[in-house]
Amino acid sequence: MNALSHDHGGPLISVDHLTMRFGGLVAIDDVSFSGDNCEITAIIGPNGAGKTTVFNCLTGFYKPTVGRLTLNHPAKGALLLERMEGYQIPQRAGVARTFQNIRLFPAMSVLENLILAQHNDLMRASGFSVAGLLGMRRYRDAENKAVERAKYWLDRTRLTTRADWDAGNLPYGDQRRLEIARAMCIRPVLLCLDEPAAGLNPKESAELNQLLRYIRDEHQIGLLLIEHDMSVVMEISDRIIVLDYGRKIAAGTPDEIKNNPDVIRAYLGETEDEALPEVVAQDLEHPVS
Amino acid sequence: MATPSSEEFKARPLNLPALFKEAGYVAVVVFGLTIGLVGFKTEDVPGGLDIVTRFGQVILATVVAVAGRVGFVLLRERHFIPVLIGAGAFSAAMLVLLIGNIVDADQGVGRFLPFESLVVNWLITLFALILAGRAAWFWSRARPSQVAVDREAAMDRFSAQVQRAAKYFGPLMLGVAIMLPFLPVADRRLLDVAILVVTYIMLGWGLNIVVGLAGLLDLGYVAFYAVGAYSYALLATYFDLGFWTCLPFAGIMAAFAGILLGFPVLRLRGDYLAIVTLGFGEMVRVILLNWYEFTKGPDGISGIPRPTFFGLPFTRRPPEGTESFHEFFGLTYSPLDRIIFLYYLILAMALVTNFFTLRIRKLPVGRAWEALREDETACRSIGINPRNTKLTAFSIGAMFGGFGGSFFATRQGFISPESFTFIESAIILAIVVLGGFGSQIGVVLAAILLIGLPEFFRELQQYRMLAFGAAMVTIMVWRPSGLLAHREPTIRLYPDGPPEKEGES
Repeated sequence: MNALSHDHGGPLISVDHLTMRFGGLVAIDDVSFSGDNCEITAIIGPNGAGKTTVFNCLTGFYKPTVGRLTLNHPAKGALLLERMEGYQIPQRAGVARTFQNIRLFPAMSVLENLILAQHNDLMRASGFSVAGLLGMRRYRDAENKAVERAKYWLDRTRLTTRADWDAGNLPYGDQRRLEIARAMCIRPVLLCLDEPAAGLNPKESAELNQLLRYIRDEHQIGLLLIEHDMSVVMEISDRIIVLDYGRKIAAGTPDEIKNNPDVIRAYLGETEDEALPEVVAQDLEHPVS
Repeated sequence: MATPSSEEFKARPLNLPALFKEAGYVAVVVFGLTIGLVGFKTEDVPGGLDIVTRFGQVILATVVAVAGRVGFVLLRERHFIPVLIGAGAFSAAMLVLLIGNIVDADQGVGRFLPFESLVVNWLITLFALILAGRAAWFWSRARPSQVAVDREAAMDRFSAQVQRAAKYFGPLMLGVAIMLPFLPVADRRLLDVAILVVTYIMLGWGLNIVVGLAGLLDLGYVAFYAVGAYSYALLATYFDLGFWTCLPFAGIMAAFAGILLGFPVLRLRGDYLAIVTLGFGEMVRVILLNWYEFTKGPDGISGIPRPTFFGLPFTRRPPEGTESFHEFFGLTYSPLDRIIFLYYLILAMALVTNFFTLRIRKLPVGRAWEALREDETACRSIGINPRNTKLTAFSIGAMFGGFGGSFFATRQGFISPESFTFIESAIILAIVVLGGFGSQIGVVLAAILLIGLPEFFRELQQYRMLAFGAAMVTIMVWRPSGLLAHREPTIRLYPDGPPEKEGES
């Protein structure tokens, strides 16, 4: 591997001048930011600000129009994500992600979901199926290891007793946690979470905070987080980046962001007295009885 | 307690005098109408016209009409079960007679049809069916309704039980299959049907890899069957190679054809994929048909060598200097030997297919196929290469199709593009769909239902296809995922059932 070591300096992920155009629509316009190891970096912004598009560029679902995405892998050195094939990014660069609308393998069991996340290692161990078909010891050992890793994450996400359930039959909150567990089974250096708290109740959100902190502190990886739930964002984020209409409008610690006038304007809109159209004004005066 | 809807369908007490009165009116009207019109018939006799009486038909018509009327009244008063049984039994009996009449108008059971006119027979059968259908519908409404989801769950539990039981009756079935040629009932015809059924079981298992596991709807599977058959036939006739030498080549050629098909369809899903695979199947057939110099086109290839038992041919008089199977083992020659050998050959090939599928399902590549079926985007997000995964599914599925094809060629001794039409793909796919996607035992059951039974009812000719279609429609309405579709996880954390204590949540 590359000689570059863990502390060669530079952030874990740096996004430089990222621009993404879809035809005439500019979804992301010259956004630059970086995320550090052992830090939770939140990306917030109103709907349609381009947050998920940033994730899709990072994880290889989109090829950015302009820009450079550099991942400083602790073991492999600097990797340029925009030059990698989409499906290679999770395993080679160690960037894992979850989805805004959960994407599990619903008809497969919870355990199978987690073992699938270790597909490439197991594929090699099975000698691309030849050794596996012959029932060789090498493959069985590798599979046992994969199960052990899956068990660890099942434990962390409190899904152990439901390991043999079909993933699609799990309650919503469990599915959210399972998706995180599956992403962690890839053994990533950067975990991208797209609205992990969406649809969770306050108790589940609090548990999620704990889980994310645990991942950051114990596994020492970087986390990128898209979230609308401010109770999650403000509590666990180390740094926050605010996007609006595809542009970065602010970056800083949670306290800085809370008091940033640009951010408040983006979220709450300008305060101005706008004359109502005549029809609407009439509607207000004479409501339909 | 009874819900309002079941209240509506509750049986009301019968008013017997009123019922008799109504039946009496009907009897009088029908009798009055038919006595003149049906009861007397003019007939040509030498020297003029004669009048023939048909009072039997009049009485029959009256009885049927009264019975029908009583049925309607009972239905109106919500007494479904007698109507269902009566009308159902009557229409079933009539259908048997009518079909018997179609098969053989003079000799069979068709002689006993009640009415002279075939149209009248069909009409009253139709009315009886409608009556039975209405009774059945009311009856189903009267019972507490079972939601479709519940029924799916119940069927899934049933399928799971069948799969668990398959552990025990699977070896039993295998034992029967192995013993079959030596059973007293085994004659040439039964063995031929058995070979056909097992061929389709093998093809179904092969296609199950593509459709059931990887979820790639392939309507052109017969193309690989054809590639396998032609590979063997051409290699054998051009280079004079034996069956066993050609078998792996045929598989490899078919696998390459699978990759060839796989590349252009990598980005396609669902309906679009189905259309392209359908086109691919036709393309292969058209190429075989038109490349006359190479494949002899519509003339087909004849004189394909028969398989040998490790070099021992199954002939009465082998060529000079060689020994045949029966001479080597000191048996008397029997033409059935070759059939029995073919049966064991295809049985072994099918078992290899099954063993391979069961095994690979538990390997990373098999799990990746299933994951691909579930969600391709999620696959990419965890680093599974969708391209390679799809191509392996296509090529391995195709390989088994190719093996099946070379068996077909050696069994027939003659192949032509006629044997590889779309209907073959449709039948194989129907077996997989009917049996249940991904269910190995389901494929066996469906192949017996769709191939074995129709072979024994060949006399009914085109009506076989009608029954075939009806079965497919019923399955699509009643259980779209197939008869025995139940997915058992490939690995369990708790093989002996979940732990007693649930987690905190």
